[in-house]
Amino acid sequence: MTSNKITRRDMLTVAAAGTGALVGGSFSTEAASAAAAATTGPGLMDISLRVNGTEHRLSLDPRTTLLDALREHLHLTGTKKGCDHGQCGACTVHVGGRRVNSCLTLAAVAQGVDIRTIEGLGDPDHLHPMQQAFLEHDGYQCGYCTSGQIMSAVAMMKEPWGASDLDIKEAMSGNICRCGAYKNILAAIRQVQAA
Amino acid sequence: MEPFTYSRAADPAQAIAAGAAASTAQQGAEVRFVAGGTTLIDLMKLDVETPTRVIDINNLPLAKVERMPDGSLEIGALVRNSDLANNVNVRRDYTVLSEALLSGASAQLRNMATTGGNLLQRTRCIYFRDIDTPCNKREPGSGCSAIDGFNRNLAVLGTSDHCIASNPSDMNVALTALEATIVIRGTHGERKVPIGEFFLLPGDTPNRETVMLPGDLITHVLLPPPHRRARSHYLKLRDRASYEFALSSAAVVLASEGDAISHARVALGGVSTRPWRSQEAEAALLGKPATRATFAAAAEAAMRDAKPQSQNGFKIELAKRCLTSALAAAAA
Repeated sequence: MTSNKITRRDMLTVAAAGTGALVGGSFSTEAASAAAAATTGPGLMDISLRVNGTEHRLSLDPRTTLLDALREHLHLTGTKKGCDHGQCGACTVHVGGRRVNSCLTLAAVAQGVDIRTIEGLGDPDHLHPMQQAFLEHDGYQCGYCTSGQIMSAVAMMKEPWGASDLDIKEAMSGNICRCGAYKNILAAIRQVQAA
Repeated sequence: MEPFTYSRAADPAQAIAAGAAASTAQQGAEVRFVAGGTTLIDLMKLDVETPTRVIDINNLPLAKVERMPDGSLEIGALVRNSDLANNVNVRRDYTVLSEALLSGASAQLRNMATTGGNLLQRTRCIYFRDIDTPCNKREPGSGCSAIDGFNRNLAVLGTSDHCIASNPSDMNVALTALEATIVIRGTHGERKVPIGEFFLLPGDTPNRETVMLPGDLITHVLLPPPHRRARSHYLKLRDRASYEFALSSAAVVLASEGDAISHARVALGGVSTRPWRSQEAEAALLGKPATRATFAAAAEAAMRDAKPQSQNGFKIELAKRCLTSALAAAAA
């Protein structure tokens, strides 16, 4: 991403900050005390997460899932929230080198293990081969499931699966694509497998 | 999700002491152990599970699969489903278990879910999962919404007037056919429970699903030495080809001597309130030739006492065909 481009996320962030400023103007006292509670409240705990090689120290409600810690607290929004119940795979990340559903993982449980998200896989100038293959084969339509699909596909390569189309389909069945890009996702994975 | 305090247990004794403070280890437990979290966190998000203390047991030294001197296999409670399915001993000697594990959930969930956790997997009955509807399993005495409700996925064996919820596990069906033993450590030391005694029928207390007591920690699962010459198989039938719970499944272990079946173990899944050992089917197989007719007769025997609900009568015929095919595959 070059610096002179404004992304959709930049726009959303600016818009949200604008709204916050308006609200903050009339409720500044409450906002300040809420911020204080957020850092010192009895319901919070210190949690350290090692994400994409960087250690992060957070103060979180124990109920926080790894998915929400990544998105809402570390602002790593590449990992998506779909069903939030382990049924769709959009939230797939690697924990200790294995693919898991981050929506059913408590952030506290994921401490002390290497966590890898789509942001740690490649960058726009140096795509991971799987990201490149998804691009070349048009392995998506709306793109919402894509980071989960890619994280799952990368992990799959290290698991004991056969090489047939049926094996790949079975190995990838935990990642739902409601646009139905399965055929192209399969082609992308086959390309990386053959390389 | 209701608030809770989180802590990590440094050793089994710490976990057991924390768990013992709860009034029950069944539905409504105030203390829960978390390992993979695939059932617990899901149900906590739905407010079906509302523990005030969550004890993380992932650091306990229970993640090994070991062959014992007597030929049995000791599986640590924290061995992940994916690791167990691909373990070399399991693949070679307990094929039915490997097949059952690989047919369950998704690769991501199998990387998380543990052996101990899967033993305690909860039903997928939609009323159990929806706190706005009556459910005797979740809220004793409130009634059963599934009887005369949406019960297409629910049980036809082992039901009661209070509950028809089906046990959704694949692993437990294979463990039942393999006659596994559950090793539990609790406040009074260690005990070994045969899997046939581990799960309770719903009766009039469907909220009580297992023999687990406050403080109980499953540490291992023991598999007896593999039967020589026996072949085993798991067959799972469902609404889609992958990533779906069983409508009907069968785990079978079969051996023949000469023209006659000399050893048979049969367990059914998806159709029953607990993993369902069918000694009726086993009796119908023993001493008989391994033919389609024998297998069909065994399937008839297995489903003789089945009781259909308003939407799930098809499961009786489906379970018969499932078991017949599983036996034929094991004998082939």
